[in-house]
Order: sequence, then C-alpha cells, then structure tokens
Amino acid sequence: MNKDVRILVVDDEMIVREALSNYLREDGYEAIAVESGEEALKKVESERWNILFVDFKMPGMDGLEVLREVKKVTSDLPVIIITAYATVDSAVQAMKDGAYDYVVKPFDPEAIALLVEKVVEHQRLVRENILLRERLDQEYKFEEIIGRSQPMQDVFELVKNVAASDTTVLITGESGTGKELIARALHANSPRRYNPFITASCGAMPEGLLESELFGHEKGAFTGALYTKKGRFELAEGGTLFLDEIGEISLKTQVDLLRVLSEKSFRRVGGVEPTSIDARIVSASNRDLKKAIQEGTFREDLFYRLNVVSIHLPPLRKRREDIQLLADHFLDKFRAETNKKIEGISSQALNLMMEYDWPGNVRELENAIERAVVVGKGSEIVPQDLPFFNQGVTEERGPKLKSLKDREKIHILQTLEENGWNISKTAEDLGIDRVTLYNKIKKYNLEKSKTE
Amino acid sequence: MKKKHLDIVPIGKIDDNLLQRLSVTIYHYFGYPCRVNEEWESPSYAYNPDRKQYYSTMILRELCGWVKNDSVRTIGVTNLDLYIPIFTFVFGEAQLGSHCAIISLARLKQEFYGLPPDNELFISRVEKEVIHELTHTFGLTHCGDVNCVMHASHTIGDTDIKSDQFCKFCNYKLISNLNELAET
Repeated sequence: MNKDVRILVVDDEMIVREALSNYLREDGYEAIAVESGEEALKKVESERWNILFVDFKMPGMDGLEVLREVKKVTSDLPVIIITAYATVDSAVQAMKDGAYDYVVKPFDPEAIALLVEKVVEHQRLVRENILLRERLDQEYKFEEIIGRSQPMQDVFELVKNVAASDTTVLITGESGTGKELIARALHANSPRRYNPFITASCGAMPEGLLESELFGHEKGAFTGALYTKKGRFELAEGGTLFLDEIGEISLKTQVDLLRVLSEKSFRRVGGVEPTSIDARIVSASNRDLKKAIQEGTFREDLFYRLNVVSIHLPPLRKRREDIQLLADHFLDKFRAETNKKIEGISSQALNLMMEYDWPGNVRELENAIERAVVVGKGSEIVPQDLPFFNQGVTEERGPKLKSLKDREKIHILQTLEENGWNISKTAEDLGIDRVTLYNKIKKYNLEKSKTE
Repeated sequence: MKKKHLDIVPIGKIDDNLLQRLSVTIYHYFGYPCRVNEEWESPSYAYNPDRKQYYSTMILRELCGWVKNDSVRTIGVTNLDLYIPIFTFVFGEAQLGSHCAIISLARLKQEFYGLPPDNELFISRVEKEVIHELTHTFGLTHCGDVNCVMHASHTIGDTDIKSDQFCKFCNYKLISNLNELAET
C-alpha cells in the first residue's frame, strides 16, 4: 500500500538505522538508511524522497546542518529530527529551521507510525489538490467556450479584459447561449479562481426563500428556521457569486440587493450584526432589463450597479458559422461518453442544422447532438436523427426556410429518405416523373445517408 | 535439502499447551508441520538493565545462527518483554522475507495492563501475533485493512481489533509466496 513512499533514514548508529528502516519496510514503505549527513545530501540531490529522518547528534554534519542544507535543495521535503537528547532548545531550533517534527528516542511505535501516516496523507492531499486545480483549470478554461464567429471573439476579448478585475458584470442573452459558462470563465480567469463559485438561481425561488438563500438566516428567524444557515453571499466568500435570472427578482428583494451592493455588507434574515461581503458579483438575465425598467419592474439604480460591464451573448442564429464547430465539439463529447462509433455528421444533417433557427440556442444544439448520438444507428448523424427533422418545415420550431428552393430541397430529401431512396416510389409520391427527380437530386446535390 | 518443517523455539519457560496449540495453528495457516524445540535459557546477553527489557534483534540473530537445515522458518516465543533501541517496546520482530521471527507474550497478557487474566483472549492475541510475524518472514508487509491480521499492531487495542484472518489481497499474496517457496 505504501511502496511508492520513499523514506531516507540518516543516523550514525547502525542499530537505529537498521531498526528504523526495517520497521518502516514492514509498513510497506521503501526505506533506505545512510550513516552521514554528507551521504544524505547526495541522496537528496539525486533522488526523490517523501520523508527524511535525521539524527540530531552525528559526527561531521549534525542533524541541524543536514536540515538546513536539505531545505536549500528541496524546501518541501518533510524532515523529522531524531534525538536521544530531548532539550527544549534543540527542538525549538529544529522547528525554526523548518523541521516537520521532532521525535525522542526511544519512540512509541504508534507515534512513529502515526507521524509517517500523517506526512504521507498530507502529501497525498497536496497532490490531489494540484490535480483537482489542474482539472478545474481545464474544465473552465476559456478555450473551452466554442466560437470562431466575430460576435463570440468580441465576447472573449471582453471576458479576458474584465476577468482579472473585481468589476460587477451583467451577462445578457437568450436562454441557452451559455451565460453561466461565461460567468464561470470570468471566475476561472480571475485571482479568485481557487475560492468558491456560487450560483443563485433567482428565478427559481419565491421571494421569502430567495432572501434567506442569498443572505442566510439566524436560528428562529421564521417558522422552520431550526438552524442558523449561511447564505450564498457568505458561501461565496473570496470567490464569485453568480446571480442567475436576476430579472426575475421582486422589487423588495431588488431594494435589499441594492443596499447590500452599496454597503458591501448584509445581515442574515433575523440577524443583527452586519457581515461584510467579499465576493465578486456576476449576474445574468435573458430578459431585456432596459425594457423592464421602463415597465417599472426593474430598478434602474440596481441595473446600473449590476451593469458596470455588460457582456451580451449573441443567439446561435446570429452566429451560424459556429454551428458546425459546436456540433463537432458536442459530437466528440457524446461519442466519448457513449463510446459509439460515429464518424461525423452527414452534409444533409449539417445543412438542416444550418437552416434551423435554434430557439434554444447552444443548449438545444447540445441536446440535439446528444439525442442524435443516442438514437443514431449509422456511421453518421443523418437528418432523421435530429429532433426537429420529423416536425417538418411547417412546424413552428422547424427550420425557417427562406426560399421555395430550400423548401423543395428539404421536401425531396425527406421523401427520398422515407422511401429508402426508392426513386420510382419517391417520384410517385412527389407527383413527378423519375427523370425530373434525377435532375432535382443532381441539382440539389442530394446524397443517400450512410445508415448501414 | 527439502525444507519441510517450521520450528518453534521456546525462549525461557513457555506453557506446553500453548505451544501445542500454536503448532496446530501454524500448520493450519502455512501448511508446514511444526517442531517444538527444546527450551532455550533466558538470554541474559540481550538484557538491558536500564530498560529492564531484552533486545529482540540480538535474540533474533542468535536464532538465525541456530536454524536447522530442513527448517523453512523458525519462530522464537518468549515471555520476556522485548525492545529495539528506537522503540519503547515491540510485540515481536521478524526478518522481512527471510528466515526468523520472535514474539513476546509479555504485553499480550491482560495482567500486564493491570487487568484480571483472560486466557482465551491471551491465546487469541498470541495466535494473531505469531501468524503476523511469520507472515512477515514470507515477505508480506503491513496491510491497511484494520480487520486483516497483517494490519500493524502498535497497541494491544490494534491486536484485539484485527481478526486472525487475512484480507483477500494478503491471502492471495501469501498463497502465491508459499507456492513459490515450495517450488524452490
């Protein structure tokens, strides 16, 4: 269980060297013993170690000298000083010089085992923490938000510029355009990135509940408040608070929020003492807040407080050049998740996607690709795999085709697919002869989908 | 010469019934018939008057010099309280992946902790420690599973908590090491 853990024992007494290293080996650690500080330094310089046990009193370099030299080479290697001379002075000096701990011979076997376990566990946690941070960086890396179109490039530029500051940001855009992703990217690229990112979905909660969600409450503040609860503002301490669907909050909560943002402090529901806030506020709305101000449902002063920097996310239909890029990205994602062998998206399916209006934006595209990967039986995604294919062009949510030509193309393709590319049957259904159908197929460059 | 016995060496007077029981246990666990050898005298050479304990590594060294040609492993059993210089005490000591081991019964008795004797508990502790130390000699290190007999015992509580059985990983490793040994 511990064979990856390497422990170096430095002691001039053979008995101690052998006994301690044998004992550590029984615990499954790789333990090597050397008899002088000079040898130990060579080992530390040339090999990787997890823990160093050093005798305090040795001829030549003593334990403290070894400790100081080791710290010059590798400051994070935990050094444990062993001694038979337990004096407060030497212990204090060793700890001041950076020793991890100090043990007095003879040791209690349990004490040594626990000490080593503690160091190993700490190192494991540090390693895990580094890995998690790397994963976090990976997950919310700016580059993970897809978009080559100019409107998205402008958004990226803006995010880059404002991420590092503490400025309040308002993100607007239709549902499914990726407002939360942008909020996370702002957080992940800010100095606050290793502190919490807390989301509050303002639209999902009734007024009273929202207040206690945001500000927390004291025990007994209202019926059912059995315990003191921290609010989102407190949970986001040092990090970012993302207020989603900010346009949905009541005028009363808007007043409370405005006061909190102005005073940079708040009181828990039923609380007396103000708590100061240290959280960056990023909010988002799919509503037109300026219109809401005119209608009297949103406070203008709060709007300006939240809208120091505004980031608008364009709907997918306004950046059609990103559709293929996004579709390929989601295809890769779901292909990996489902382990299905799908080579790509057929040109017909892609055409259909390019023509579709995507009222649900990127989220709808993601769902469409997920569905297509799950239901698709061929080596490519074909129009039939797409959820809006069967709704036909006349459906409200179907592709809004601009020309009669587009409609004809889709209709012929659909009929061909329905009849398994049986030309005679299709021609019959369409009420045209076979030659005309051949000409149309050629004209529109229609191809059979690879569903085998 | 084919090594076909496992030797028990009583160091100082040890109860015959206990030694016979240990022979059966060892045969059951490791598959080698046991020989209970003649009792050794108390090892005064290993006595440390300051600590009033016996230096276990010195006794282990004597055992290694004594080993019989047809012996696969040798374990010393003593009532003396053992130590190694860096530790306040040891329940036993073994040569990892080598021939000899020794266990002390001193701290396995309830009386050591000022409690009334409990013979069944005592025998169960002895069996666990003998299996544990002998398994070290067959190359296994400590196990993280608190129920496994190869879990480290730093206090008598650890010994009581763990069972006298191997976890599946240690069991597999022990069987494979024993098979390997039988083939050589």
